[in-house]
Amino acid sequence: MKELTCIVCPVSCHLTVDDSLKVVGNRCPRGEKYAIVEMTSPKRMITTTVKTTSTDCPRLSVKTKDPVPKELVFKILEYLSDVIIQKDVNIGDVIVSDIFSTGVDIVATKAMIQHDEVKR
Amino acid sequence: MNIDLTIIGGGAAGLAAALAASDQKLKILIIEREPRLGGILNQCIHNGFGLHMFQEELTGPEYAHRFIESLQEKHIDILLGTTVIDIQKKDDFHITLTSEKDGYQHLISKAVIIASGCYERTRGAVQIPGERPKGIMPAGSAQRYLNMEGYLVGKRVFILGSGDIGLIMARRMTLEGAEVLGVAELMPYSNGLTRNIVQCLNDFDIPLYLSHTVTNIKGKDVLEQITIQQVDDRFEPIPGTEKVFEVDTLLLSIGLIPDVGLFDSLQMQKSPMTKSAIVDQSLMTNVKGLFVCGNALHVHDLVDWVSKEGEKAGKYAKAYILEEEQRLKDLKSVIVGPNIRYVVPHMIDFNHLDEPIQCSFRVTKKMALGLFKVIQNGKVIIQKKAKYIAPAEMENIVIKKEDFISNDPIEISLEELA
Repeated sequence: MKELTCIVCPVSCHLTVDDSLKVVGNRCPRGEKYAIVEMTSPKRMITTTVKTTSTDCPRLSVKTKDPVPKELVFKILEYLSDVIIQKDVNIGDVIVSDIFSTGVDIVATKAMIQHDEVKR
Repeated sequence: MNIDLTIIGGGAAGLAAALAASDQKLKILIIEREPRLGGILNQCIHNGFGLHMFQEELTGPEYAHRFIESLQEKHIDILLGTTVIDIQKKDDFHITLTSEKDGYQHLISKAVIIASGCYERTRGAVQIPGERPKGIMPAGSAQRYLNMEGYLVGKRVFILGSGDIGLIMARRMTLEGAEVLGVAELMPYSNGLTRNIVQCLNDFDIPLYLSHTVTNIKGKDVLEQITIQQVDDRFEPIPGTEKVFEVDTLLLSIGLIPDVGLFDSLQMQKSPMTKSAIVDQSLMTNVKGLFVCGNALHVHDLVDWVSKEGEKAGKYAKAYILEEEQRLKDLKSVIVGPNIRYVVPHMIDFNHLDEPIQCSFRVTKKMALGLFKVIQNGKVIIQKKAKYIAPAEMENIVIKKEDFISNDPIEISLEELA
């Protein structure tokens, strides 16, 4: 038996999971799914930023399109710290596809127009 | 320049207000001081926004984008990089603006919605003893530096206050390579959403020190060391409980205050609890035609509720402008009963009961089980049981016209159930 707090949404349901992975306390089906994944192979969304060459918008916010295995979080962040965006980006554009063969893309969460090209 | 409706602030509240008010017949203007719309959402790159508005989980910039996109199809004017510096009420509102691009400008507006958000309390507000080195800043400022400009403000960090911004920044700074040594909270419970304690602190083994506060700060030029101490039930530090941390950064997440200071010239009636205007269910203040919504009215915990409140202000402001003859108001107070900290709206106008009234409020203490009651003339007219009640989580009760038994004031209270 384990007590969890659901982190799927801000409602923060109090969940109880027993050894046969039966979940109680969830107010929506996503809570049940979360509890089972959390007990077997925990996953997290990553939201972070990548560098850009734009002076207007020196950072572009990005996210993993779906949750990724928790143990890959720091590895993915390290990879993203070397990414530099030099072109216009639309919201939802893929920045890195299938990161570390997880099947999950890194996508932009905002649009960005490079007004002025920075010389490198 | 003559405007029908001026909306001050182009963040979550202002954008929703503009969309709800938009009408072929109305000239609407949004004034935003930043060079882009979206307000604080632009720096809130984490996800969790939009579950109630869009039934999906979005990041801050994505959430803002949804509104900004819808706005482009509407007939709404926008002034970016522009600050309101004065606002006077005559028959209409006389507003003075300034911007780097166009200098001073004046405009006249029939109605105004204040959607200017809130600001963070700083070190001065809690009077932390000790030296005054650099490296101490509100968590939201550190968030802006990191997420918008790309600067990590420190490497060894301690956080005072367990509000959501502090918790989010504990995780964010950790992910960017800083070491977060702990979070101290004066109260015996956290002020943030439970989910943020779990995913921002527990996930990274960051300790949360409840009933603790910072009692000393050392550092000649830059911050070197802080001391935290446990406090008793009167919040007095307990001798002998000192813990010392060597840090270069102290982030403060010690509360938000509605940013309505600019509007003192309006003789707006204010509530000492919410530190903002007193409004009725249409979100209109005692100044005719002046509406307040979002975090400028009271600090919300979810942006979705900010947007809903913005929509409401937009809708009522539009009705106010289009209404030929103003109906008289019959205003009665909403009394703040036991275990309740504040209620918005503060007044109910019994001459305008056409739509259900949504009362938003906060409680004063944490309870496992409680019973919310709406009382009128000594009778309970609505009651609602709730589990896991906490001051950090805003509660709501909707009162319909048929629920009222008279036109007398109502009281909202909370009874703890064993």
